[in-house]
Amino acid sequence: MSTKILSQKFYDAIKKLETRYPTRVAMLLPALHLAQEETSWLPPEVMEEVGACLGIHPAQVKEVASFYTMYNLKPVGKYHLKICTNVACALRGAEGLVKHCEKKFDMKCGETSRDKKFTVVEEECLGACGTAPAMMMNDDYHENLDVQKLDRLLESLK
Amino acid sequence: METETIFIQHFNEESRPLAYYLAKMDGYKAAKKALAMQPDDITAEMKKSNMRGRGGAGFPTGMKWGFIPKTSTKPKYVVCNADESEPGTFKDRDIMRYTPHMLFEGMLIAGYAIGSNIGYIYIRGEYTREAKLLDAAIDEAYEKGYLGKNIMGTGFNFDITVHRGAGAYICGEETGLLNSLEGKRGEPRVKPPFPAIAGAFGGPTIVNNVETLAAVPYIITNGGDAFSKMGKIEKSGGTRLFCVSGHVKKPGVYELPAGSVTLRQLIYEHCHGILGDKKLKAVIPGGSSAPVLTADEIDVVVDIEPLMKIGTMLGSAGIMVVSEDYCVVKLLGRITKFYAHESCGQCTPCREGCKWMEDIIERIEHGHGREQDLNLLLDIADNINGKTLCALGDAAAGPVMSFVKKFRADFEAHIRGGKCPNA
Repeated sequence: MSTKILSQKFYDAIKKLETRYPTRVAMLLPALHLAQEETSWLPPEVMEEVGACLGIHPAQVKEVASFYTMYNLKPVGKYHLKICTNVACALRGAEGLVKHCEKKFDMKCGETSRDKKFTVVEEECLGACGTAPAMMMNDDYHENLDVQKLDRLLESLK
Repeated sequence: METETIFIQHFNEESRPLAYYLAKMDGYKAAKKALAMQPDDITAEMKKSNMRGRGGAGFPTGMKWGFIPKTSTKPKYVVCNADESEPGTFKDRDIMRYTPHMLFEGMLIAGYAIGSNIGYIYIRGEYTREAKLLDAAIDEAYEKGYLGKNIMGTGFNFDITVHRGAGAYICGEETGLLNSLEGKRGEPRVKPPFPAIAGAFGGPTIVNNVETLAAVPYIITNGGDAFSKMGKIEKSGGTRLFCVSGHVKKPGVYELPAGSVTLRQLIYEHCHGILGDKKLKAVIPGGSSAPVLTADEIDVVVDIEPLMKIGTMLGSAGIMVVSEDYCVVKLLGRITKFYAHESCGQCTPCREGCKWMEDIIERIEHGHGREQDLNLLLDIADNINGKTLCALGDAAAGPVMSFVKKFRADFEAHIRGGKCPNA
């Protein structure tokens, strides 16, 4: 690999983690989280760099990354909305939130808006059932949502 | 008389700092006491306490700790299962964000009891904020000497590392979790060997839920007998954190002595009844894996044996309440879609069967079902149930079998009417 994509901050963080695990490969999940924080998704060259850092084959990185829903294997919008539609949220009107987003951004759930700002996906249970419906936007939870609250949030991002 | 509780009075932002834990909650005094005890005596107290794991399986915690071989020369591990992925469950999140030091103290006592110096908290990836809060709280504990080397001058060392998952229900299954901790796909392992013999990185490992570990300081301080007596039913000690969600007026986490409350009391007294004072249609009592109950079945004590007796389970105590105007076919469709999505794909009955069940329920929901579909559904469920490596298969089959059995008329109305009768 000629030029590195990941920053020194990534390599420093891995260095710190080394003492916490008996094997290097155990750092794969944290390494992928750290990488994705920098690049917002995990293109092949980033997975290759993560593999090189941990001493494993890129195919092994992809094998693991593709198992977990939080690793983005394709580009996502600046704001990644993950709306929980599992039981508790469904009972509290999550479907309406999904439909509202589809209409607002004129796209299907799972897609990214044309201006690349918003990706909207249906999410499985977020563990926020007592404050349903809930969604994650990037790393943050938004709970007790309704269409008005969601709209206010989306407007504040413009 | 006010009922004694362990957690809920501390569920606010103010409780989080170490200074508060030390000053107001007798923080790390249980650890000090434990580190002066014989490790086996700690496990004996855990056995006396009748603590049964709060993650869902309800396995006696003291017995689990007792399985760790004493002669092993491999490093041993304490792994906290903070994956909290069972739909309807949200109690561990409160423990982690409000009383993180209770969890650390419990882990370090567990470590001392089994001869381990290494702890991991495997937290679901979505709990980003909680993971950051845990990291900050761990730093505080290291700074003041409650974690790390020579804890409180006792010569005992214990490290805790927060390990974030990345979105996979199956990582709540303990061996899937261990694979994920090792940097692999979170696919459950073939058992035996059980984690007590070969767990994390091949070493003897206990995997305990957040609530289970966070209650350990209370048990050590007050004694196993005192904890056991808090429970109002045979075999279950302590209090339970019930998570109530869905169509109730006051959803949330409730802490009550184990075996002290019926579903009816929880729903109509503690949660103030059904939204809009509608009629109750169904209750899922233990996370979405638990077979469903009808409105006529709620005079049941919410604990392991009473629920098992009526064909369902307490699971993670995630209680989801459904009112009369929500379509149960649609609801089962959503539950089954979840299991189809989360099946890790190792076992054919689960991988193929869950998807087939999802498709069949969806066509029934939309009025395209056939008369024979209900028996077909039950047949597929039967071919999954008990025929997979881990409990996900059973978790997917149980809801299908119970919904079809208890709400058969609703399913038939969809098939015969060619549409949802409520639509």
